[in-house]
Amino acid sequence: MTILHTVNKSPFEDSSLESCLRCSKAGSTILLIEDGIYGATEGTIISDKVKAAMADRTVCALQPDVEARGMKDKIIEGIKLVDYAGFVDLATENDTVESWL
Amino acid sequence: MSDTTKKFLYLNRKAPYGTIYALESLEVVLIGAAFEQDVALAFVDDGVYQITKGQDTAGIGVKNFSPTYSALGDYDVNKIYVEKESLEARGLTVDDLLDLKYEDEDDDWAEKDSIRVVTAQELADIMDEQDVILSF
Repeated sequence: MTILHTVNKSPFEDSSLESCLRCSKAGSTILLIEDGIYGATEGTIISDKVKAAMADRTVCALQPDVEARGMKDKIIEGIKLVDYAGFVDLATENDTVESWL
Repeated sequence: MSDTTKKFLYLNRKAPYGTIYALESLEVVLIGAAFEQDVALAFVDDGVYQITKGQDTAGIGVKNFSPTYSALGDYDVNKIYVEKESLEARGLTVDDLLDLKYEDEDDDWAEKDSIRVVTAQELADIMDEQDVILSF
């Protein structure tokens, strides 16, 4: 089974991103949305953990949420930006979607 | 300043757009400034994201209210404190923040920076000087 994990909370306010990184399997996809996109930015206290996860998981961020927050130029290299259609594609390509609320 | 003027500090700790706190705070700040109170703002934790440059909300269908912070100087709101530790934890520097200015009437209307980066300890002193602190 493949799981698409979505995280919509800031990693600095909530443990959902860390829990997701801890409890997701190799080969799964993690999509950061809404305030979750701050977890995709470079040079933060959590960016090393995100980069480590990228070794065996695909990490994406929702582009409209990244642009809204002015973080377009700060995204960790290798994190794929997806639009709303890309979000739908990810949801259909995976067997289930796990929302880390 | 008259005896009825109080020192108000608005303490902002939430990112914009994900919740309504940032926008609500900004509206209350503008109301408070209209009543000629001595208003200061502090941005701490994810609150620092409220005043980052380059916000473009066209893709999420929500109003981008970040340009409004630039109007605060015209309302005599020119004490904008940003906690240094919060910036550093998020990989941000003052260069990532909006260029907020005001004109100093006591200095021949010279244009000056409103943003002052302060340490947590300095912010504790600033909080201690206030009459009222409103937290968002």
